[in-house]
Amino acid sequence: MIAEFGLAALWLAAALSALQLALGWMALRPGGEALMPSVRPIALAQALLTALAFGALILCFARTDLSVALVVENSASAKPMMYKIAGTWGNHEGSMLLWVTILGLAGGAVAILERRLPERTLIATLAAQAAIALGFFAFLLFASNPFARLALPPLDGNGLNPLLQDPGLAFHPPTLYIGYVGLSVAFSFAVGALVTRDVGPAFARAMRPWVLGAWIFLTLGITAGSYWAYYELGWGGWWFWDPVENASLMPWLAATALLHSVTVLATRDGLRAWTVMLAVVAFSMSMIGTFLVRSGILTSVHAFAIDPKRGTFILGLLVVYIGGALALFALRVSTVKEGSQFDPVSREGALVANNLLLSAVLGIVFTGTLYPLFVEATTGEKLSVGHPYFDKTAGPLALLLVAIMVAGPLMRWRRDEIAAVVQRIALPVLVTAIALLALILFVPGIRVLPLLGLMLAIGVGAGSVAPLWKRNLRRTPLFTYGMVISHLGIAVALAGMACESAFTKETLVAAAPGAVEIVGPYQVKFAAIDPIAGPNWTAIEATLVATRPGRAAITLHPQARMFAQPPTETSETAIATLWDGQLYTVLGKDDESGRWQLRLWWKPFVTLIWAGGALVAIGGALALLGRLRRELFPRGRPTGFLAT
Amino acid sequence: MKTVRIILWLPLIAFVVFVGFVAAGLIKPDDMTHPSKLVGQPLPEFSLPASQQGKPGLATADLRDGKPHLVNIFASWCVPCAAEAPQLDQLAQAGVDVVGIAVRDRPDDTADFLQRYGDPYKRLGADDRSQVQLALGSSGVPESFIVDGKGIIRQQHIGDIRPEELPAILSTVQEAK
Repeated sequence: MIAEFGLAALWLAAALSALQLALGWMALRPGGEALMPSVRPIALAQALLTALAFGALILCFARTDLSVALVVENSASAKPMMYKIAGTWGNHEGSMLLWVTILGLAGGAVAILERRLPERTLIATLAAQAAIALGFFAFLLFASNPFARLALPPLDGNGLNPLLQDPGLAFHPPTLYIGYVGLSVAFSFAVGALVTRDVGPAFARAMRPWVLGAWIFLTLGITAGSYWAYYELGWGGWWFWDPVENASLMPWLAATALLHSVTVLATRDGLRAWTVMLAVVAFSMSMIGTFLVRSGILTSVHAFAIDPKRGTFILGLLVVYIGGALALFALRVSTVKEGSQFDPVSREGALVANNLLLSAVLGIVFTGTLYPLFVEATTGEKLSVGHPYFDKTAGPLALLLVAIMVAGPLMRWRRDEIAAVVQRIALPVLVTAIALLALILFVPGIRVLPLLGLMLAIGVGAGSVAPLWKRNLRRTPLFTYGMVISHLGIAVALAGMACESAFTKETLVAAAPGAVEIVGPYQVKFAAIDPIAGPNWTAIEATLVATRPGRAAITLHPQARMFAQPPTETSETAIATLWDGQLYTVLGKDDESGRWQLRLWWKPFVTLIWAGGALVAIGGALALLGRLRRELFPRGRPTGFLAT
Repeated sequence: MKTVRIILWLPLIAFVVFVGFVAAGLIKPDDMTHPSKLVGQPLPEFSLPASQQGKPGLATADLRDGKPHLVNIFASWCVPCAAEAPQLDQLAQAGVDVVGIAVRDRPDDTADFLQRYGDPYKRLGADDRSQVQLALGSSGVPESFIVDGKGIIRQQHIGDIRPEELPAILSTVQEAK
């Protein structure tokens, strides 16, 4: 009954999105103004129905309803409740329903909250949002029905992939999806503005909080995903340039560029066509990312569904949406009036450099991700593109980008004097130079990229707080604090990456209980090995005692787990987090003569990578709060600390 | 102004090219054969003792007899190997010279396996320490090598041979003559 209810809600929501599109279309035609007030409520109703359908699916999973095919394939009655619920989106159909639910909720939120846009542009935006939703409803209903029943329910389900039975899974996909799909709002805004030919500062100010919101979630999602892969996959790395990781990085790069260009449009009415283009590209990258994962065309650990039919369906949707938006862009954007011109030595000049570099990195990642596809289509050769390509190409550009991040915020809008800019960046540059000298002196033999990375991280760390220099901190707007914290976060993350790359120590041994191994500053004693049992798994657990002069001993318990349903082995890493790094331990197989594979890493300051990512997101949240406060209290400014 | 107009269409053109490649990737049949670096190289020298009584072992010289062979690396403890067995039987019935290397196996277990899942092997060597397997560049079971009459490896197939792959494998064996 619950499944039928969910399916009915899904069909109704699809019908409403068709209605929303049709009414929006008619309302924009001459004489259609009377229809305008009906569009917002429909968008809201569509959002609620989609959320109900998703709620129904969660309920099916929570109850382990074994007459629903999806539950049988991806759940089991003996699973902890949290993973039953998280299992809802740990599969193809459920994750697509989550995707559509967030799309619907985003459209509903625009319908309720957006009051600044001209009504015509808003209606066009909601119609565009409905058009996207309609296609993905059709995909769900015709190609991936999550509520399909089984004629003969089995006694129990097949269980969830044990790699996904982790608290990270409960939050990582929804967070990332809010980011991906939140960008649909920017896409719809761009389409709406192209339809009504209304691109300007008002449009930019209306779009900015939505982009910022989606970007915050994308940042969190990528950071969390990186940490998940780091501790769950047990390879000791934090980024693998896996196609699916790249699929999340590409929208982030586009959204980061958009975030900076939209500021130029809002403040100086420049970069009109460029900003619209980026809004289209950002969500296009989200959809292409979804497509890459779902079609199985680029296989990776994330491939739930290797199914060419579904791939073809989504490819059709991409052609309609991205192709349509790009065609609309080409036809319409030349009729959008040109924005203001500006001086190259200015804040907007620096932001253009930022945009060009971000776009170049995006192009590099896009090319590297799809190159295997290109080679296979032309020569039939199979290959994969990994670290060496990305490190050599994207690495230097990213470092250059970080370097101009110091100067940008210290430059004035409109026009600035080079001498004045040099004076303002003198201190960060001096710090960078001292850092370089110190690194060369005290860390001999460090490789070039980590050296530049660490040097820049220290310089940018100093430079990022420079915009607060000599300012009245109480009167500094909250969004300026947001920018400072986000830029500082980039420096912190960069420092973590450089340290991890330069100073990691690794020990790989076959050891018998009682053996003592050395890794970095630690002596690790292999104290014991015991069998243990969990709720739906059994495991062999090692007890490792790590000691270091002058510190308390640490006990770690890496496990090799055997899951019963489905029968799978995973290795659970044990990680000790200290202020100056992480001790990362993995238990491998035994060699049948009483010795066990042990992999030990000492990774100094590796946690800075994710702390930096979190800082970036926190900065984004502060900026969003600051923007919203300024919108809500345009004149009667609240006084006091951090008043905007 | 004209050049600006053309630039505006570039993103769409780039997207169409992207769609073309992706569509090509979707349309082409899934290719499960894995070309390897060893393709085109002669077999390493080895000589394995017989795994079963009454069936000869396997040495490099046996594979240079002017006829193509399919060298199958398997083990009785390997589940995909059992899944692969019917396909090997079909290949043997189609006239392919199938020879086997049993990896890290006990002779009795191998005998049980052959009795239960069929015995397509003309020769069967026992590779108790995986030495020949590693020399061949194989990292797991099952794996198959198509070797031509001069002992040159023509194809490495990683993983079990599936029914839909039989025609492609048969034609490779025929070409290896």
